[in-house]
Amino acid sequence: MIFFSNIWRNEKSREIIVQIFVLLCIGWFLSWLISNVDANFKALGKDISFEFLFIPAGYDINQYLIDYNNRDSHLRAGIVGLLNTGLVAVFGIILATVLGISLGIIRLSKNWLASKIAYWYIEFTRNVPILLHILLWHGIIINTLPHPRKALNLGDVTFLSNRGFYIPKPLTENGIELVYLFFVIALIFSVLFFKYAKKKQDLTGVQYPVFWINFTVLISLPLIAFFISGMPISLEIPALKGFNFRGGMHMSPELAALTFALGIYTAAFIAEIVRAGILAVDKGQREAAEAIGLKSSKVMKLVILPQARRVIIPPLTSQYLNLTKNSSLAIAIGYMDLVATLGGISLNQTGREMETMVIVMLIYLSVSLSISAFMNWYNNKVKLVGR
Amino acid sequence: MSTEMYKPGSYPNLPPPPGTVGFYGWIKSNLFSSISNSLLTIISVVLVYYLIDGIIGWFFFDAVFDADSKIECRKIDNGACWAVITRRVGQFVYGFYPEAERWRIDISFLTMFIAFAPLLYPDLPKRKWLLWFSGIYPFFAFVLINGGFFGLAKIEYSLFGGFMLTVILGVTGIVCSLPIGILLALGRQSKLTVVRTLSVCFIEFMRGVPLITLLFVASSMLNYFMPPGTNFSILVRVIIMFTFFSAAYIAEVIRGGIQAIPKGQYEAADALGMNYWQTTRFITLPQALKISIPGIMNTFIGLYKDTTLVVVIGLLDPLGIGRAALADTKWNGLSTETYLFVALFFFVSCFAMSRYSLWLENKLNTEHK
Repeated sequence: MIFFSNIWRNEKSREIIVQIFVLLCIGWFLSWLISNVDANFKALGKDISFEFLFIPAGYDINQYLIDYNNRDSHLRAGIVGLLNTGLVAVFGIILATVLGISLGIIRLSKNWLASKIAYWYIEFTRNVPILLHILLWHGIIINTLPHPRKALNLGDVTFLSNRGFYIPKPLTENGIELVYLFFVIALIFSVLFFKYAKKKQDLTGVQYPVFWINFTVLISLPLIAFFISGMPISLEIPALKGFNFRGGMHMSPELAALTFALGIYTAAFIAEIVRAGILAVDKGQREAAEAIGLKSSKVMKLVILPQARRVIIPPLTSQYLNLTKNSSLAIAIGYMDLVATLGGISLNQTGREMETMVIVMLIYLSVSLSISAFMNWYNNKVKLVGR
Repeated sequence: MSTEMYKPGSYPNLPPPPGTVGFYGWIKSNLFSSISNSLLTIISVVLVYYLIDGIIGWFFFDAVFDADSKIECRKIDNGACWAVITRRVGQFVYGFYPEAERWRIDISFLTMFIAFAPLLYPDLPKRKWLLWFSGIYPFFAFVLINGGFFGLAKIEYSLFGGFMLTVILGVTGIVCSLPIGILLALGRQSKLTVVRTLSVCFIEFMRGVPLITLLFVASSMLNYFMPPGTNFSILVRVIIMFTFFSAAYIAEVIRGGIQAIPKGQYEAADALGMNYWQTTRFITLPQALKISIPGIMNTFIGLYKDTTLVVVIGLLDPLGIGRAALADTKWNGLSTETYLFVALFFFVSCFAMSRYSLWLENKLNTEHK
């Protein structure tokens, strides 16, 4: 008895005993789950196999970035869905970032009225569930926008209707290579010039207007090439033919609703992150920068933003991640993303809940984990170095 | 400018210069301090004017509050057609809970505030007595809502719906996820490798997948993991998923709080001879929880908003009721009205929660201001 009591009183051995005990419990629990699955599957005559991925899916997807028809496999349907998830995530992230940063800055503005408007906008948006945003926007687009025949006409090139948005589509012709080439040259030039200007400033203190020079070069060189090669880009304008529009690029009501909803919802969170980040910079920093005579634009660019960035980037990344995960709610309005294709129709058609859900979850999990790995790396890189 | 000379010490108290205080001073410094600022003010005023002009009219003055169908609404006026809400308000609140039994929901909802008051307001008089009620409230509410005891009729879960379902899912999820979240956070900071690894795996998995996939698992797969023949209600399965999901997020928030505690606190606890559980109970958690209040409240609000996702697996929360109403040909196309109404409900409850969190944060703030 004394022997056992001694083992229990020794911290090291007690830790080992506790851990073994926990392991046994978990092991027992997992084996219990697996045996249940086994028994249930036997009773239903099911098995676990991923062969269903290679049989024809047999359903249509209304929007695809790579070629797809209903004779393609479930695997390809899943990839189409994954690409659709990516598409809406990219659109949503762009909208959310632009809107969110503007709102965050307006929220901090000295103008009382503008700041209050931004405040109430943020509060209204983020206190309403994202699913409601999606359904509301979808409802607005399909119920209140007119039919294609009476579509809202924006300058004869863009049309908004309840079947979606129609925007001009750029078409490339012969000679476009020259434009690409000049763009690459301009890009290389601006990178080199940036490095040169930085070196020069470090050595002598002379400052060049780097941003404006690079901006001009990046715009003008491709533009010159565009005119030299005889304007090889033309726009295909959507036109009403019969009951619907032909030509141009089509943005389905689902994609548009999802983009708006995700962008607007996430923007409210980003605005708060930006605001908190700027406020987190010590007041003395701004005062010191003003005291040495920096212009207010330089105070922002050289002193406030570099320090705020350290606070802003990690939560911003996790908002992007949330946006991507929230895009899985697309299933509620019938946008064919990863969850709606592989985890929705494929699941129902093949009856393989276990396999499809495992694949869908693993994909989301790997995206999340790789982004958090990136975030950790970034945090370490920008961490304040204590001296 | 006055050129009078004053003897030292006899300078009179002059009023502040005109235009820096009072109404005009406020307007000048807050709305028209510079040209760009004035421009912004004018744009904002125009924006607000159009918003009020367009929306208030549609909302109230041109709106129809009672009619038999959308077509009748449109005949009366061209604003919002709130009849779709007023005709089904009972469903929006109680779902399909039998009308004769709805008093049970009312009582449990009202007593919920009494049960929560001592937990939310630490200064409440007679708090100790009220806490007893908080302790028995879950059983009380379960008996009342679910029925099956004391002559109360048993109500099927499939009849639950509307805002009542949102509150049940939200409150149960919130109450259950906090303790699990605390345990997970402690597990993640534990010295024991096995415990730490398990906690990390669980947290990262839950945070890495969208909630909707977890709900799909709850609705279509969870029964496979149970012994054959077990069949427990979809409502319980969904609550389990919500709890785990939000516990993982809470764990991360609390971990942040634990890591923010200065090392000296632990050293002091060690020096006093406290063991792990004493340190956790008296040193770590009180400080960590205080720091993480905003994050915890945000997670709660997130969970509460996420309860709307149950509509995707076919439960009839307010969104589900709304969609059912819209599927009726009489009300077809009134989605804006329906969803705005539900949005208003969520806005009010979530805004109240975030205000409470701000209040608590200020109250517990012991830093020097």
